[in-house]
Amino acid sequence: MPDRSGARASALPPDVRPAQMPDTADLIAVAMSGGVDSSTVAAMLKRDGHNVAGLTMQLWNQRRLPEIATEAATGRCCSLDDVYDARRVAEHVGMPYYVVNLERQFEKNVVEPFVEEYLAGRTPVPCTLCNTFIKFDRFLELADSVGARSIATGHYARITRHPETGRYEMRTAVDASKDQTYFLWGLTQEQLARTMFPLGEMTKPEVRSLAAEFNLPVAKKHESYEICFVPNGDYAAFMDAYLRDKGIEPAATAGAIVDAGGRELGRHAGAHRYTVGQRKGLGIAAKEPLYVIATDSRAQTVTVGSNDDLLRSGLIARDIRWLSLPGFGGQELSVPARLRVRIRNRHIPAWATIYPLTETRVEARFDEPQRAVTPGQAAVFYSGDLVVAGGWIE
Amino acid sequence: MQHFYFDHNATTPVAPEVLRDLAATLVEVSGNASSIHHFGQAAKQRLESARREVAARIGCDAREIVFTSGGTESDNLAIFGIARRAIAGSAGRVRKHVITSAIEHPAVLNACAQLEREGAEVTYLPVGPDGIVLLGALKRALRPATVLITIMHANNETGALQPVREIAAMARASGAVFHSDGVQVAGRIPVNVRELGVDLYSLSGHKFGAPKGIGALYVRKGIPLEPISFGGHHERDRRAGTENVPGASALGRAAGLAADWTGTGVLRDRLERGILDRVAGTSVNGSVRNRLPNTTNIRFDGIEGEAIVIALDLRGYAVSSGSACSSGAVEPSHVLLAMGLEPEEARSSVRFSLGPENTESEVDGLIEAVEASVAHLRHISPALRHA
Repeated sequence: MPDRSGARASALPPDVRPAQMPDTADLIAVAMSGGVDSSTVAAMLKRDGHNVAGLTMQLWNQRRLPEIATEAATGRCCSLDDVYDARRVAEHVGMPYYVVNLERQFEKNVVEPFVEEYLAGRTPVPCTLCNTFIKFDRFLELADSVGARSIATGHYARITRHPETGRYEMRTAVDASKDQTYFLWGLTQEQLARTMFPLGEMTKPEVRSLAAEFNLPVAKKHESYEICFVPNGDYAAFMDAYLRDKGIEPAATAGAIVDAGGRELGRHAGAHRYTVGQRKGLGIAAKEPLYVIATDSRAQTVTVGSNDDLLRSGLIARDIRWLSLPGFGGQELSVPARLRVRIRNRHIPAWATIYPLTETRVEARFDEPQRAVTPGQAAVFYSGDLVVAGGWIE
Repeated sequence: MQHFYFDHNATTPVAPEVLRDLAATLVEVSGNASSIHHFGQAAKQRLESARREVAARIGCDAREIVFTSGGTESDNLAIFGIARRAIAGSAGRVRKHVITSAIEHPAVLNACAQLEREGAEVTYLPVGPDGIVLLGALKRALRPATVLITIMHANNETGALQPVREIAAMARASGAVFHSDGVQVAGRIPVNVRELGVDLYSLSGHKFGAPKGIGALYVRKGIPLEPISFGGHHERDRRAGTENVPGASALGRAAGLAADWTGTGVLRDRLERGILDRVAGTSVNGSVRNRLPNTTNIRFDGIEGEAIVIALDLRGYAVSSGSACSSGAVEPSHVLLAMGLEPEEARSSVRFSLGPENTESEVDGLIEAVEASVAHLRHISPALRHA
């Protein structure tokens, strides 16, 4: 892949150039997870002659909630095994390595909002919160503190610059199956200016074979797709354990499962246990398959219906962040705009017409109705491979 | 890049004379010290000679020294070796009572927490802002059921020296056994356990030029110590397991070097003065009068200590902040919190601990590196501002 790091670093506008420590001016801080992707990034940068330091952010103590702590915590974010692996890679690559405790910040900025959103009947995306408030905000501060001008991560996404305006742009990864832009739309221009995604131009098999070429100790490591602090993807068990840890008895959240007309079909043990589109675990016998259409934690109701009831013709998204374009009205974005919208990570972006409601709020009308538009999830707007904007579904 | 070491309270480099002794013992003394034959006798001789050297260093009889694997084992052996029998003998009527302090090393704190699970009651004595245990609190805590007092000689994070003589007198008067964790003191500055009046005293080899994995526990003659691990009749039935003769020999050699760290005080003061004079918003945590000569714990307002540690490491200077948890990430120091610091103040603190091999020019280099690192970290503010 082309090495863009040197050119980009020198092209930094002065206002985003951090203060430099004289002896580490060219240092790149690599966010190390202990996985194959970030490890390969570190090895690539080192091979290309960069001065690199590895940093691992300790975000969550896997033994924090003993009742859901699993023995099989390997491969999980922040497990001791991952730190061990990251340390081995740092030794192999030949760079200094540090573990930094950000557990307080993670709980405050990611876990607490996640729990609140969940209890409010929305299905939040903790990875976006984490990327915005921890992985980039905090990591850039950490980079500053060690005197590193740039940071590099193992995310699959690309950063380019507009040839005329100089604006930083995010584009989808070359390997569409690994693309992580759904979780990265919260990045600011200042953050993009200092960030390198060396894997954005590569496919996962290429990364794996490069890792093997570098003889990295994690070259064959299995990867995890779960939310790092929720063991086995069991949200309900996590919520119960977390609430109990905070002195809230989850049993108080039981309520009714109703149909669209409000008729009670069954009981549930907490609306937060259900997500829109969910089919399993309702415990109700019906002629046609029933799906969760909506959850309401205030009224403690879970509304169910048919698959067709899940289809939505559009959505409203709030807190829009214009990532690669300055917004509506310029030459680049007509009103209304024709963009594709992704409403969850593996969703194939759907064509829609986008109408501005306010500066930071838009309405999207899909060409074809979309299934399980879920409040609390992100909506990310694409023009070709360009990540135009993102926001939260109302 | 050259690296300079200012973290001697974590561990120390092996002294050259000790290394020669260790290597020689590994090569020359191959026997098991419990064996009857020539090889065993040679090993036994080396072991007992080392025991005499350690005993001489702290002013006790050789028979009062039990070799262990290090400070943690010495602390555990002392605490469980005294308290368990008392708990077992109490037959459920009066809960046996143990007194320790809030600033102990985890080897003591977690052993006491285990005693609580086993049925003992534990009092954790508070400390003043100077990091020194409050004797009034000890007086109030003592009761007839108190079987053990365990309070460290010097704190590893602040260097604060505890009133061990006074505690020993109070323990004696009340009939409680007194153990002191002397890991940060023994082998560095003169210690005489008889003068201190302690019943048990922990030592760790790697804190004064011996390798990791060897330590000792002083057990005053007549103190009924029960074993906590079970096996052969080694160490007078107090610590089972084939003796670590090379380790013990190295410990004896390190003890015999009679290194005196009192001289580190001059450099420590130079370092402390330099930082306080040249860096705004700094202050010393804990007592500046009663402390180890090699230690200073300095607070840097508004900056994470962890960030300073990393920045200094990248400039070639090894210092520490808080204590590393299993992953390597740093937790705010329970010692500083016990002294009344706010969590963010505790997280803004850095420990500098010198050793006999540090030089004046190293200290001056460190002062400059601290000044530059702090200036940088404050410049990039709000970086690492507390969440």
